[in-house]
Amino acid sequence: MDELFGRTGKVLHIDLTSGKAMAEYPDDAVYDAFIGGRGLAGHYLRPFADREYSDPELPLLIFTGPLTGTDSPTSGRGSIVSRSPLTGAVCDGSIGGGLPTRLKKAGYDGLVITGRGSAPCGIEIDDNDVRVVETSLWGQDTDAVLHALEERLPEDTSLACIGPAAENGSLLASVAVDHRHGGVRGGLGLIWAAKNLKYLTVRGTGDVPVRDPDALAQANEAIVRLTMASPVLMGRHGFSRWGTPALLDLMNSRRMLPTDNFQKTYFEHGAKVNASALAALCEPRDHGCLGCHIHCRKIARDGRSLPGFEALAHFTALIGNDDPETAMAGVDLCGRLGLDPVSAGSVLACLREISGKDYSGKTLLSALREMAEGGDSGQGAAHVAQVCHRPETAMTVKGMELPAYDPRGGYGLALAYAVSTRGGCHQRAFPLSHEVLRKPVATDRFSFSGKARIVKLAEDTLAAADSINACRLIFLAAGLEEYAKALTAVTGKDWSAQSLLETGERITVNERCMNSANGFGAADDDLPERFFTEPGTPGGGIKVPPIDREAFLQARHNYYVVRGLDKNGAATPETLQRLGLDG
Amino acid sequence: MKSLCAKFAAKLAAQGIAPEQGPDAPLIGGLDAELAWNREDPRTSLLSGLFDRLSINSLVFVRPSEPYRTILDFLASRNPNAIRPEDTETRTFLHDIPVCPEFELSAMADLLERRKVIVLPGRGIVSCGTVSPEQGFVSVSSAIFSTFVLFFSDYLNRARRNALDDEYIKTFSRVVRLLPEPRQVPPALAQGPFRDEESVVSAMAEAGRKVVGFGLVDSFFGNISYLLNGTIYISQTGSSLDELNGCIDPCPLDGSSTNGLTASSELTAHEDVYRRSRYDCILHGHPKFSVIMSMDCERVDCPNRGRCHLECPECRTVDGVPVVPGEVGTGPTGLCHTLPPAMAANGAALVHGHGLFTSGEKDFNAPFARLLEIENRCRELYFERLSEYA
Repeated sequence: MDELFGRTGKVLHIDLTSGKAMAEYPDDAVYDAFIGGRGLAGHYLRPFADREYSDPELPLLIFTGPLTGTDSPTSGRGSIVSRSPLTGAVCDGSIGGGLPTRLKKAGYDGLVITGRGSAPCGIEIDDNDVRVVETSLWGQDTDAVLHALEERLPEDTSLACIGPAAENGSLLASVAVDHRHGGVRGGLGLIWAAKNLKYLTVRGTGDVPVRDPDALAQANEAIVRLTMASPVLMGRHGFSRWGTPALLDLMNSRRMLPTDNFQKTYFEHGAKVNASALAALCEPRDHGCLGCHIHCRKIARDGRSLPGFEALAHFTALIGNDDPETAMAGVDLCGRLGLDPVSAGSVLACLREISGKDYSGKTLLSALREMAEGGDSGQGAAHVAQVCHRPETAMTVKGMELPAYDPRGGYGLALAYAVSTRGGCHQRAFPLSHEVLRKPVATDRFSFSGKARIVKLAEDTLAAADSINACRLIFLAAGLEEYAKALTAVTGKDWSAQSLLETGERITVNERCMNSANGFGAADDDLPERFFTEPGTPGGGIKVPPIDREAFLQARHNYYVVRGLDKNGAATPETLQRLGLDG
Repeated sequence: MKSLCAKFAAKLAAQGIAPEQGPDAPLIGGLDAELAWNREDPRTSLLSGLFDRLSINSLVFVRPSEPYRTILDFLASRNPNAIRPEDTETRTFLHDIPVCPEFELSAMADLLERRKVIVLPGRGIVSCGTVSPEQGFVSVSSAIFSTFVLFFSDYLNRARRNALDDEYIKTFSRVVRLLPEPRQVPPALAQGPFRDEESVVSAMAEAGRKVVGFGLVDSFFGNISYLLNGTIYISQTGSSLDELNGCIDPCPLDGSSTNGLTASSELTAHEDVYRRSRYDCILHGHPKFSVIMSMDCERVDCPNRGRCHLECPECRTVDGVPVVPGEVGTGPTGLCHTLPPAMAANGAALVHGHGLFTSGEKDFNAPFARLLEIENRCRELYFERLSEYA
């Protein structure tokens, strides 16, 4: 076999039913069509995408990209992909820490995990040594599991595990990666539990060959230069200094901080819970994923992880809490229970609106524990609102709870939420970039003009980013133009921004095909009614009217046209043929 | 979308990059569900094909006005593959400017797959974007700026090495004849000190418009700030200095808020200038001859050649104004480390290959006058220095 660059050429299939692992060596054409990461995982998911989460044949996919494990900036990323137990749609989580890098260095581009262990088990990978082992850690919270594994395994081992929420059947179950580098939404942790898989450990000591190290160094220099020029990433008020909670003041001042379950868009106590207040409380230190110079993660002096912006905002403004320590405690408990804090915060807000009762520090933690026990509140906001006969209080898209950006404050965001293949997610197209953060240039956030094609192109860009694997945040500074040079240097294959966009399009449409097959249509590409009927909170010279329903529907129609979809949001035969997805 | 196309066509004309009307007026197309052009032109039938070939939503095609037209065509003839300016705008955003030999769909598309802007000798410049026609406007403006800087810098360097040929001399003479006369008299700006936010914002918007109007900055580059009661009011990142209404961020110096997330990438440098000095306001532009002179150095054999913008160890000045190295923004080689001490000591500083910062007390009259004075002096100095080698 010719020497491979940027990939190992090996995908490992692990059958938990038999406990056996088997290597597969995909054709070059598969890599060319889907690159790696989220794209390649989507390729492996599609034949099984109609399976229920409890079906042993539904694969749990953990994939790296061609840049993972190289010196390319912010490329220590990977993707966990499967069908979401929460939404029934395709779902991925971008993971960092050290796990993706070590998986690649162990010799695998990805893992395809199927079957179901006869007893709770863990997967332990140490280069070529792959073992499925029974475990007594079932029932333990994520901190306990990770600490137990850390004591037993070499220091350079990466770890991922689920917590009690997944074991108890919560649809909000997440995955902890190297002490909460997971950020995995959509209840993907529940798939681990359905397979009786408690944890995964990976140690990898190999190298990732790079075709042209000098060209990679040049590409890296351009990327880092753009990062340093980015106020959002590296400025005095940026993520590098404060973490993503730096967004809280900005969202509040732009009147788009979801407050009181999206009934308002301004939190009057914002200054009590902003990044500065959190830093004063926690005296944090910097922390980052392997291969990243931005270090957007912050660790408190007492060892707890500081919440990211979305979790912080949902545990403060969204539930009317002005105490940063209560927010810290809530998000920390989510981490230990293995709950997605964004969805958990949204469920809390939904319950608060229905009951009219505020949370104390104590009742908030009790509510989270109840969520992790798998009852009604653990089934997500849409279920809770339905059970309480108040469906209008579920702030979800396709069943996924919305993150902390109000769509009435950004119409590209509104469209992106609606058409996102994984449901209520701002990261598929990240319109915040141009609607608020002014990158690459500013757009009018209160207009749908041009937004359909902008959203489509941004989705393609970020699908490519998730597949080469580079951190989405760095695309607030660099672009595919710069990363294409890095990818070409790493792989030796000639990539351009255009060819990456075309591949990103294939990856996105492939996901939409899976959703269509599972019954998702135009009715699901929509927003909660509240955003069309109730205004946000005005102030600071900003008015936040309800979104014009007709303008939204026209923009969605335009999106379907530019994406090559039919009136129900399904890819047309011509689109499928053009993208090679009709086979 | 069509109104956006028209807006940036008008801005290209206002900045003297292209004529407002006639066959060489800018052609700008924007695509959402349907493609719209700012005006009718037979070339749109070919250019529309780029929207089919490329994943873009906007495109700018410009046949530049003089002297930029002559400069571009000359540089393209000398660099048939790509023009490689060495200023900061190119280094950071454009990387290089590929030359496309023909006005033909495949040839243009192949190059635009990899770069934001390309040059077609004898035809013009094409640039595209994925978000807004503003991207094409910025890229075209940057290409015009950086090729102007390259042309004059290269000419001076060649004169110093006695390496000029007849064609270069002839073209240079033509370009110099086509240069607009320098503006000499600064405008009368609002007088400070300003006591409230409304006055500050109004004064910043006025000064910003004048900086653009006097041709002291291109597209959305440059920045401006004012210090009031412990809060820096600063233009937002990617904001055009002639459109600052709603684009100024208040950033408290005590770090109690992170509203400055959208502030200029030079916020850190501005903050440190204020901390070190008595100044109340800062202006930053990219005046062309200031940038050219910031890069001019007689030490042709210097071991740092090629990395002067990062590692120049000399205490260089241009007519008494210090020249400092440093890249945009923060980071170990950022100008946030080099600019503040120079500004605090001198009230003005040039950043190598990048631009000019000036500061003042109470209002923008003094920093504006100094910005203009230094640019005009740099223009004089350029020709004085050139005359030493002619």
